[in-house]
Formats: sequence, structure tokens, C-alpha cells
Amino acid sequence: MKVLVAIKRVIDYNVKVRVKADNSDVDLANVKMAMNPFCEIAVEEAVRLKESGVASEVVVVSVGSKSCEEQIRAAMALGADRGIRIDAEDGPDSLSVAKLLAKVVEQEQPGLVILGKQAIDSDNNQTGQMLAALLNRPQGTFASEVKVEGEQVIVTREIDGGLQTVALDMPAIVTTDLRLNEPRYAKLPDIMKAKRKPLEVKAPADYGVTVASKLSLVSVELPATRQAGIKVASVDELIDKLRNEAKVI
Amino acid sequence: MTTLVIAEHDNNELKSATLSTVTAATEIGGDVHVLVAGSQCQAVADAASQLAGVSKVLLADNSVYEHQLAENLGQLVVSLAGDYSHILASATTTGKNFLPRVAALLDVNQISEVIAVVAPDTFKRPIYAGNAIATVKSEDAVKVMTVRATAFDRCATGGSAEVVSVGESCDAGISKFVGEQLTVSERPELTAASIVVSGGRGMGSGENFELLYKLADKMGAAVGASRAAVDAGFVPNDMQVGQTGKMVAPDLYIAVGLSGAIQHLAGMKESKVIVAINKDEEAPIFQVADYGLVADLFEVIPELESKL
Ligand SMILES: Cc1cc2nc3c(=O)[nH]c(=O)nc-3n(C[C@H](O)[C@H](O)[C@H](O)COP(=O)(O)OP(=O)(O)OC[C@H]3O[C@@H](n4cnc5c(N)ncnc54)[C@H](O)[C@@H]3O)c2cc1C
Repeated sequence: MKVLVAIKRVIDYNVKVRVKADNSDVDLANVKMAMNPFCEIAVEEAVRLKESGVASEVVVVSVGSKSCEEQIRAAMALGADRGIRIDAEDGPDSLSVAKLLAKVVEQEQPGLVILGKQAIDSDNNQTGQMLAALLNRPQGTFASEVKVEGEQVIVTREIDGGLQTVALDMPAIVTTDLRLNEPRYAKLPDIMKAKRKPLEVKAPADYGVTVASKLSLVSVELPATRQAGIKVASVDELIDKLRNEAKVI
Repeated sequence: MTTLVIAEHDNNELKSATLSTVTAATEIGGDVHVLVAGSQCQAVADAASQLAGVSKVLLADNSVYEHQLAENLGQLVVSLAGDYSHILASATTTGKNFLPRVAALLDVNQISEVIAVVAPDTFKRPIYAGNAIATVKSEDAVKVMTVRATAFDRCATGGSAEVVSVGESCDAGISKFVGEQLTVSERPELTAASIVVSGGRGMGSGENFELLYKLADKMGAAVGASRAAVDAGFVPNDMQVGQTGKMVAPDLYIAVGLSGAIQHLAGMKESKVIVAINKDEEAPIFQVADYGLVADLFEVIPELESKL
């Protein structure tokens, strides 16, 4: 069984984004970029499936400019076998990405597609679900455990009330939550090896998809900032402030 | 212009997030209909019919919707979509699960986690863990969006909409519910509580969370946690507050032994009053706290509990 993993290049999670002075967008110039943390978990899960003999090949795909080849190489250093980059301007909309991924799935015929549940830049949480719908396949979103059993994948999902387990007919789409696994660090020899792994570059036209969206960005603002308040010296003072100043207890 | 709101429920009870989503729908303007899809969920439809501003409740009562499987629910909503200009669900794990399927099948993008309605086609939503707020405009024929409950007041009740049954049984037949492990708690629900006490890695263990449970019970509060506390196994995943967990905006948020990483702040910085208790006076949580107490939590939490 082949596993396809979709990954996204995003701002490093430790970096606080700035908004451009003209409020047209966020400012990503000279900002540290990295693989979206949820995508890293997706790559790790696929590699573990290969290591345990469930999967035979791990293919990673990313939609974006040449710079996202850095993240594809990073995924290959973690153990993915080959990569595909679909050339597009950075920040394509989720629906276009889902349409492109659907075409890749048709060509590659994976048994499982694993994606991160959300990208920490756009915070949309939708591409995996859209891909599943376009393919008319089942989805196991926000996964904290994934087990392949015969023709089915059993997915435990993190939901608002606790955990839910579903059984999905394969091929199926899985999106990762934080507790699915702890991604490994790439070792130097693997980073070197990754440089020689195959990386194919495609254009959206190769798949007959136009990357375009009817959703446009009007402006980007800073959120209302909170002023730091005061330090209290004791529990008694805290209780007094909460009772008599803030009036919340 | 008519908006369809998909109700969030557990087949018995309508969840409060739906009341906030109905408010967002009312702000868009036009008629508001609510879809209740579930199994033996007449009581939920009756509750939905009483929401102010709702003119019709669609009830799809069928065992295939019992567990809100995205594959089935998505198909049902798409089959009803033709009549609507807007389709809204709450940004809960249920809404986030099925609604993007609806969007894709309607060939539109989803607008996720809407926090303000600017115009019927223009909305605000947080991006980058809430460190920026985007205003987006959609020219899609139907606007499909999830709504962040903490950004909208709950609608009033007292309405009396008609309830009509709809929909054949949409069973995609490709996914099956196996089981669930729901956290049972006598405390208020995290996202609906007016006071939340949250603990972080500084709590040190699951047993030590008892200190917070005691405090919370005295205050009628819900208990939340940072990712680090969940990852360490101190508490279950459904307690995680933050960018990738739950969004809360209570009147009072008490952060105990957590540092205030941007991902955590994303989930609680809209709280009215924030209290931080941390032994490190440099902890970033103090930058957003109205009242900060630099102290060892193991000394001050029992003291606070006993003095309240
Ligand atoms: C993709 C991604 C998504 C994430 N999503 C979330 C999310 O949704 N929610 C979230 O919370 N995090 C999230 N995180 C994790 C986040 O970056 C932080 O790692 C996490 O919030 C830290 O948790 P913490 O504050 O409990 O731990 P720490 O940062 O370790 O802080 C512990 C604090 O406890 C204090 N302390 C220790 N002992 C005591 C004591 N005895 N008395 C008083 N104070 C004490 C310390 O001074 C310290 O400030 C995410 C990270 C990533 C990469």
C-alpha cells in the first residue's frame, strides 16, 4: 500500500507574525519558515506505517513555489521516498489544493492519504475534508490513533467531548492531531540521502486544474491588544480585586 | 436570502454554540432556518424551534445521522443546499468535520472560524493563531462558513418556528461509528462556562490537577489545560485550550502554571478578565493578565480555594 502525505510550508510556529503597515496582508519577508507542525506529524505517521510493513511507499506532495522544496526534502529526510511539488504561488486556497490533491490521488492510487488537520498560518482546517469529499471517500479527522486492519483503517479522533473511533473503508483520508505521534528529528546522513531522492515538479495545468479562488483578502489588521495589568502581592489582594474591582466573583 | 444553520447537538440537547451561530446568521440578514440532523432527536428540533429569529426547523431524523458522520451529514446538507445563500455551522469538532465536505461538493471555499459579519459577503476571521485578523470577501454563490461561538452572543429564545421533516436517508456507506469515550464531568462545559481555571505543565501531574478541580468546584468553574498538560497525560485532550484546541472567552480565566505560549493565548485572550499565577515573573502570560500573582501554585491555590 502506498501512502500519500500532503505538506505545507508555513511560518515557524515560534515566530509571531507581523502585519504589513498598509494592512494588505501579513509580512513574511525574512521570516523563518518551516514545515507545518501537523504535516510533520502526518509524515511521521506515514513513515511509521512503512517501518511496520503496512505501507510500501511514502510519497509527499506540496503545492507552492520553489521554496517549498525545502520542506519536501525535509519530509524525505524523515523517511518519505519521493516528492512531488505542484508549482503555484504561495498561499493557494484550500479548494484548489484539494482539487490538485484529488488528481494526484487518482494517479498515485494510495491506500491512505494523510494531511495535517490545519495549517498554522491560515488556520482553516478544511483541505483534508475537501479532498475526501471530492474523491467521495471517508475521512478520519483530528486523529490521535491510526490502525490499518485489512481493507479498513480504524481512526481514533479527538473531539470536543473526548475521543471517537470510526472505521473507514480504504482508500481513506486521515488528518492528524497533536497526540498522534511525536515526529523524529532527521539525522544528518538522512538529510544527505534526501537530496538524492526523486522530486518531480508539476504544473496545475498538468492536472487540468486552475488555481483560482472567489475568496479574496480585503485587509489584515492586528487584533485588539490587551494591556498588561497589575501584579498583586497576595491571595487576599487578588480576591479583593476580583470581587471589588473586576466584579467577576 | 436565507441562511441554513446546522444545529450542534447530541440527539438530546441543543448545544449553546448553535445559539451563537444563529446570532451570526441573524446578523447576515434574511431568513434563518435550522437543520437538526440526528437520530431520535425531536427534542432538539423542539428546542431549535424556540430560538428567536429562526423561521423554520428542518428535521432529518434517521439512524444514519446518529453519530454525525461527516460522509452522511455532508451529503444531506448538500441535498438541501439549493435553497440557501449561506450555510453555517459552529466551529466545533463536529462542524469542522463535515462542513468542508459540503463546501467542496458545492465547489466553494469554506470561510473558517468567522468572528464578525461585516456584510452578507464579507467576514472577519483570525489567522496565524489570532495574531492577525483577516477580512475576507466571498463571491461564491453560496457562503459556507463555520462560526466561532465566543465571538457572538447567544440568541434569545421565545420563538415558535414550524418543524418540518426533510431528507431521505443519506448513507454514504463508507464509514462506520465504532465507539466513543466521552469525558463525563459535573462541571460546566469549558466553552460555555463563565469562569475557567486552566492548568499547565507546572501542575506537575494529573493528581495535582485535583487542586484545580477543588478550586473550580468552589467557583462553579470549568477546568481547562495547556497542550503541555494534555501531552504529558495529566488530563484528557478535550481540556486543551488554544489555537488547535478549544476557544474560550469566559468572564474570568485563571491561568495556573502555564507560560502563555502564543498557541495557548489564541484560545483564551478574548476572556474578559485574566488572572495569571506563575512562579516565573517573566512568563509571557503576565503580558495579557489583568491580575498577576508571582507565586508557587502549590502554596497559593489551596489558599485561594480556602479563602473564597
Ligand atoms: C502546532 C502547535 C499547536 C499548538 N497548539 C496549542 C494549543 O492549542 N494550546 C496550547 O496550550 N498549546 C499549544 N501548543 C503548545 C505551545 O506552543 C506550548 O508548548 C504550550 O502551550 C506550553 O504549555 P505550558 O504553558 O503548560 O508549559 P510551559 O511552557 O512549560 O510552562 C509551564 C509554566 O509553569 C510555571 N510553573 C512551573 N511550576 C510552577 C509552580 N510550582 N508554581 C507556579 N508556576 C509554575 C513555569 O514558570 C512555566 O511558566 C501548540 C504547539 C504547536 C507546535
